[in-house]
Amino acid sequence: MDGEHGLGATRFTLNGASVAVVAPPGERLSDTLRERLGARDVKIGCNAGDCGACSVLIDGQVVCSCLTPTQKAEGRRIETVGGLVATDPLAQALAGRFQDHGAAQCGFCTPGMVTASVALLREVPQPDEAAITRALGGVLCRCTGYRKIIDAVASVPATLAEADAPGHAGAAIRRLDGAQKLAGTEAFGDDVAPPDTLEILVIRSPFPRADFTFGDLDAWRAGQDGIAAVLTAADVPGRNVFGVIPAFADQPAFAEGIARFRGEAVAAVVGTPATIRAFDPASFPVTWAELPAVQTPPAAEASGAPLLHEGRAGNLMCKGFVACGDAEAALAGADVTVEGQFASGFVEHAYIEPEAGFAQVIDGRVEIHACTQAPVMDLEAMEILLGMDRARIRILPTAVGGGFGSKLDISLQPYLALGALKTGRPVRMAYSRTESMQSTTKRHPSDIRLRLGATRDGILKGCDFRGTFNTGAYASWGPTVANRVPVHASGPYHIADYRAEARAIHTNCPPSGAFRGFGVPQAAIALESLLDELAAKLAIDPLELRLKNALTNGAPTVCGQVFAQGVGIRACLEALRPAWQAERAAAAAFNRDTDTALRRGVGIASGWYGCGNTSLPNPSTIKAGIRADGSITLHQGAMDIGQGANTVITQLFATALGVPVARVALIGPDTDVTPDAGKTSASRQTFVSGNAARLCGQALRAEVLRAVNASEGAALTVTPGAITVDDGSSRHRIALDQLAADADGYVLAASGHYDPPTKPLDANGQGEPYAQFGYAAQLVVAEVDTALGTIRLRRIVAAHDVGLAVNPMLVEGQIQGGVAQGIGMALMEEYIPGRTENLHDYLIPTIGDIPPIEPIIIEEADAHGPYGAKGLGEHVLIPTAPAILNAVAHACGVRMTSVPVTPAKLAAALAGD
Amino acid sequence: MAYLVPDSLHEALTLLRDRRPQVVAGCTDVLPARRRGQRSGDILDVTRLPALRGIAHGPQGWRIGAATTWAEIAATPLPPAFAALQEAAREVGAVQIQNAGTIAGNICNASPAADGVPPLLALRAEVELASHAGTRRLPLEEFITGVRRTTRAPDELVTALHLPHPAPGEGGAFVKLGTRSSLVISIAMVAAVVRIDRDRIAEARIAVGACSPVARRLPAWESALQGRRLDELAGLRPDPGHLSVLSPIDDIRATAAYRIEAVRELCQRALVRAANAAGGADGR
Repeated sequence: MDGEHGLGATRFTLNGASVAVVAPPGERLSDTLRERLGARDVKIGCNAGDCGACSVLIDGQVVCSCLTPTQKAEGRRIETVGGLVATDPLAQALAGRFQDHGAAQCGFCTPGMVTASVALLREVPQPDEAAITRALGGVLCRCTGYRKIIDAVASVPATLAEADAPGHAGAAIRRLDGAQKLAGTEAFGDDVAPPDTLEILVIRSPFPRADFTFGDLDAWRAGQDGIAAVLTAADVPGRNVFGVIPAFADQPAFAEGIARFRGEAVAAVVGTPATIRAFDPASFPVTWAELPAVQTPPAAEASGAPLLHEGRAGNLMCKGFVACGDAEAALAGADVTVEGQFASGFVEHAYIEPEAGFAQVIDGRVEIHACTQAPVMDLEAMEILLGMDRARIRILPTAVGGGFGSKLDISLQPYLALGALKTGRPVRMAYSRTESMQSTTKRHPSDIRLRLGATRDGILKGCDFRGTFNTGAYASWGPTVANRVPVHASGPYHIADYRAEARAIHTNCPPSGAFRGFGVPQAAIALESLLDELAAKLAIDPLELRLKNALTNGAPTVCGQVFAQGVGIRACLEALRPAWQAERAAAAAFNRDTDTALRRGVGIASGWYGCGNTSLPNPSTIKAGIRADGSITLHQGAMDIGQGANTVITQLFATALGVPVARVALIGPDTDVTPDAGKTSASRQTFVSGNAARLCGQALRAEVLRAVNASEGAALTVTPGAITVDDGSSRHRIALDQLAADADGYVLAASGHYDPPTKPLDANGQGEPYAQFGYAAQLVVAEVDTALGTIRLRRIVAAHDVGLAVNPMLVEGQIQGGVAQGIGMALMEEYIPGRTENLHDYLIPTIGDIPPIEPIIIEEADAHGPYGAKGLGEHVLIPTAPAILNAVAHACGVRMTSVPVTPAKLAAALAGD
Repeated sequence: MAYLVPDSLHEALTLLRDRRPQVVAGCTDVLPARRRGQRSGDILDVTRLPALRGIAHGPQGWRIGAATTWAEIAATPLPPAFAALQEAAREVGAVQIQNAGTIAGNICNASPAADGVPPLLALRAEVELASHAGTRRLPLEEFITGVRRTTRAPDELVTALHLPHPAPGEGGAFVKLGTRSSLVISIAMVAAVVRIDRDRIAEARIAVGACSPVARRLPAWESALQGRRLDELAGLRPDPGHLSVLSPIDDIRATAAYRIEAVRELCQRALVRAANAAGGADGR
């Protein structure tokens, strides 16, 4: 085709091989490499030079291949991560160090990080941090907080378990899926479709609220070359509604009659790659009539405001409520009280992998390969939308390039399934960065009013919390936020008299959903800020005030739940004391001595988080088997979205079974062959699925021991074809080929099932919402440039009670990554529909924005956790933003109550505006 | 539709005259701006034209080829006054952008937040344009006329930037203010070039970006600085009147009011750093 334009092939070397490729003039090199040359190791995150995931080396220089017309490559030498790690010793050593440090979590930015690092290391073999920061400043990572990447590039020694160690619970071992992430062979959502697969493009509302009508779609399609099908609500065979909480399900796959937020899908076109890539959405036959929209809770609650959904009067979706004692009376009787109003905006998850996937129909069954955090929930949603028996649907999750909560909800799965079913052909799609940002869920904007009282000696006395959350156009996880926030808004403190109410209000904005913490980070800003205000009023050291009120074993939470064990907040706060005292003194000295506009401050904040669903069933099942050849297979259904479930779940299973981790092979989530390990959400996988893995390992071990009547303490050695059981002085041998295999081919098999023990909450939120909480306290040293209102973070110390660090390296990575997201929330991130729909207007931290983050791991074992382990995923960012705000207040005396604290906002506050 | 990669200026100018292609260099602005479904015509890539590459100096001053990348500018040994340009070169996007993006691409894109424009203004850059009708040179101030607007004629190519030799005693600096450390569009930026004569400012040229449709020099403040003693530098900030040429706006990055206040501080810092680069303001 292109040859007809008289254009020859573009010739260059790709990872040492000469290639000639015919690409349309100006085609992005990233597209050419991926789709015409099979180099799917090159990742596309933004197509705008904003994320750097697509970085390649051209004649040794790192560039964004998405910003490089393919024809520029003529005669050049192109290197990608796959080629580098396969052949270049320098890159191979670097890849090893990335694995040693856990510097690749989801792995989606890793190709960019590695190529940019190789370019640096070829010039500067021993770079310092400044050189690394400069070299990697063009690659965004949303998982790691960058510190492990810096360590890997700088060749900081890693502290891993010995390579031949069993790798059981407590051992820092490499990620089991790390090698493929470094080699560029990990297959993410957009990496599984064959070239030339039909593609899908969604037509979206350009308005926050609009009526729309279609033209004659059949006639239109008939007139288009290369369009195989048009999809609208009329093509949804089942019920055109989905939602993660069945009682609140309200979101259509395609809007019908009215669009309720900018970016909402109304139709889709399916066509050849060339057609879809050249398709102008404005040419689609739809007529819009913009309607007045409500985009904030005050507007949505005003009388006469248009209702988003029938039956939700006042646009109130739901409320959450917790009360104990008498908050009003306690506040009235308190020696001192403080109060404040705190606000936050939409926060975008900004995983570097936009939603992407592939679907095909095989023997009448639809198979969906897509990135997800919740494969079985996807299956359940598709069952309703497709009106098909679930036996005819298979969810095959791809690797996930970050999720952080948003990939719990279905996004493009309906379009993939409908496209495959309607055309009868395989289909694929990948969201553009903008449509990912427009259409998927966000962190809830919050407006929180808090009153807090205390006695003269600093004992908290009365707390009244009222939070309004902008839940957007559809329910998503809004009910969860509304329920979780009142349970957690007390922080990990003993407050006898407490009242907390959270309301979720619909607006014509993208749906607010799950984002690391489910509203708790917003609530923590209010509480932890006011604790500092209280400390100032009482002239009590802020750390000591927190310690005075920290929950202890045996003290009731605001839900009346009493933990006899496992409450680790005091230990977290105590762990910060040395840094706290040293840094407060250093800050005082700095501020006394400086003649610049810089002011240094030190802040702390705490956090807690209940692991698993709130007072709801939350089971996980893990199964495993041993084949006649002695291979051990673990069906590991807990989605690894970068946090490390593949590794941690396997470590827990191997510990229980009593074999080295290296002996265990994984079968990942696949709704045909792997049991439901629930969603990757609510910091539940290590705790809940980890327990299921432990129980599975124990059950399989029991099977083995029973076969030879050995005692519990026996040692297992699994070898090809046999298991040797050493039980004291006696040795047994189980010849595996003598045993009958089950339908899966396993001669020995077991499964483990775990559902955490909780009890319902009553009308006052009293009950046992969670079987365990994790605890955290963080310290931030910040420097405020009072002349410009800019904030530079110098150091963060993060103490986290994880019960047992199943893999300390991964724990550190979670902490640093969560802290980085907290930094973004505090200082720069605000999603504004229509205005910050890309990664250059919506800013997330770059490598130079993250200070050294020192994790302190506290292990206050939990009786319910597997070997004492607690969840961690959300705790990590809860204290960060308030600790930053407290450090800023300490530095310059200005209490910021609205995040993000951009330079303009802080400067205005410093000026007294 | 074709991707045209001429290897001589003559051929490039002929293609430009006859086919009116879109002229591209590093493509770091062109490709992000490409919309889905946008029909593109011919593309003319100027990065392989020898006449547009390289940094050289002669009796008349310095010539920076139009297709010189930011990375090349940053890596080339240049006089201290050019630190204003070199520091800006290291602040454009990130390494990936600096390796591809070019100096002429930056000025032809004519973004109000172009990092390259304030230092080029402070260095009194002239733009060299060529067409089959001949070549012409004009001051950068006259080349960029508005947001995304220049005086380049459709058949003209920007071939080079010309910078006069800095006088002895000149130093330069660039200060960028953004909300994060890299890959950031400036809230405001200031480039300063200062000539020190003994203990005084003999001449100052200060330009501000992202606070007006086109980056602007601050002639009133420049005049006010002339003759000031180096030991006064720490207290020197432009007054509001000195900034009357600016017209900042409120946008997602900052408010107009903030920009003005920030520019006063940035001017101060750029001035001190430029004086330091000139070797003169050590005892601030």
